[in-house]
Amino acid sequence: MSDIASRVKKIIIDKLGVEEAEVTPEASFTNDLGADSLDTVELIMEFEKEFNISIPDEQAETITTVGQAVAYLEEHVK
Amino acid sequence: MQPRRVVVTGLGALTPLGNSTADYWQGLANGVSGAGFIKQFDTAKFKTRFACELKDFDPTRYLDKKEARKMDPFTQTAVIAADEAVLDAKIDRNSVNLDRIGVIWASGIGGMIGFCNELKEFYTGDGTPRFSPFLIPRLILDIAAGQISMRHGFRGPNFAVASACASATNAIIEALHHIRYGLADMIITGGSENVINEACVGGFNAMKALSERNEDPLTASRPFDLDRDGFVMGEGAGALVLESYEHALERGAHIYAELGGGGASADAYHLTAPHPEGLGARLVMNRALEDAGLLPSDIDYINVHGTSTPLGDIAEIKAIQHVFGDAAYQLNISSTKSMTGHLLGAAGAIESIACIKAIEHGLVPPTINHFTDDPQLDPKLNFTFNVAQQREVRAAVCNTFGFGGHNASVIFKKFVAE
Repeated sequence: MSDIASRVKKIIIDKLGVEEAEVTPEASFTNDLGADSLDTVELIMEFEKEFNISIPDEQAETITTVGQAVAYLEEHVK
Repeated sequence: MQPRRVVVTGLGALTPLGNSTADYWQGLANGVSGAGFIKQFDTAKFKTRFACELKDFDPTRYLDKKEARKMDPFTQTAVIAADEAVLDAKIDRNSVNLDRIGVIWASGIGGMIGFCNELKEFYTGDGTPRFSPFLIPRLILDIAAGQISMRHGFRGPNFAVASACASATNAIIEALHHIRYGLADMIITGGSENVINEACVGGFNAMKALSERNEDPLTASRPFDLDRDGFVMGEGAGALVLESYEHALERGAHIYAELGGGGASADAYHLTAPHPEGLGARLVMNRALEDAGLLPSDIDYINVHGTSTPLGDIAEIKAIQHVFGDAAYQLNISSTKSMTGHLLGAAGAIESIACIKAIEHGLVPPTINHFTDDPQLDPKLNFTFNVAQQREVRAAVCNTFGFGGHNASVIFKKFVAE
């Protein structure tokens, strides 16, 4: 697992209070990991803080699974 | 409709004396001080370095970690105390109408802790707004009532009440009215306050409201003592399940006491100082007595506001003597803030519980930390100094007064079935 993927995973476990095994690349924040709309906003914010980037709202709306978050960050984090 | 009788059928408390109602009462009965040096932040440069903090309190022992994170401490303690009260009242969700159970909850200040932390992060950052989506729902005063309702599915009237240090008492009065006039069958009420942080200690210090007896925190809260020098901050929550008598009877609930009545008034005098003759305090006690249909001679105990401030303690006693006349000499008076510190918006909740337990056990908890009589106070009054006193308590008054000049009093009485 890449460094980015493991950091993303850690944030998700912490914020959503889920088990590590549940955080698979396909897992959807809302459908599989119990997040509501506020949790999702918070997750995006935590990614921004952790990786020191800014994710525009229209991009943030397309990030709905663990794998999408990792892919987005791998592409944009320098 | 005929006004309905309102009874108390469940209690919950999270206080500096312990994390349950039983522990709280044991501490009160034994005259234990809940004070100590503040652990929640670095107080090195503060005038006051102590408070009455909760002991060994870990919210995740009661709440799921994810849930707990979305709540400011005042909501965590609200939910936990309410859980205890709901359990104590043995509410069977399948046999009650959840639409008729409400939550009326109080806090003086609300979610100050998370708010301060987020502001600090923003103002020390580069100006990028990265506020949590939970900032507002953690901060707002009504969220404790909302969270309690979500946890139990109570769909009755639901809101917050604020009147500074009288808040919880005003909430209890609102709950009384809702049940008495048929707007709900049962209300979970009370208050919570958890604001021992830099801003609140610093703010109260600037008002010269807090005791600065750093050399001896345990004896700092000394209501009615000549050398009292201000109040000691406390934190925690108190919850009461109030219910119509018929509803309680129907489901065979244990009845602790009857909530006889309540009253509210304003000093209309000063931001923070009490009226020197206690005019608002007189009014509020008279109104509570009238509402409960009781005479001064029917009251055996007054749990006073008595915060241990030089002015407030005197004004309240003047008001009591004015209202009660010679009957004041038959009363037990005590300030349990000598033990718990001042829980601000939650004071009326935990002190109402002290009244209810005093009625239940025939024991008046003491005003501890009495060393020197204050010549301004009538020595013929019984302040229950230092040690609890046994006596039958037929009815007890709980007084609370808040910055802004708000006064609220409630009267609990021994329950007698008709």
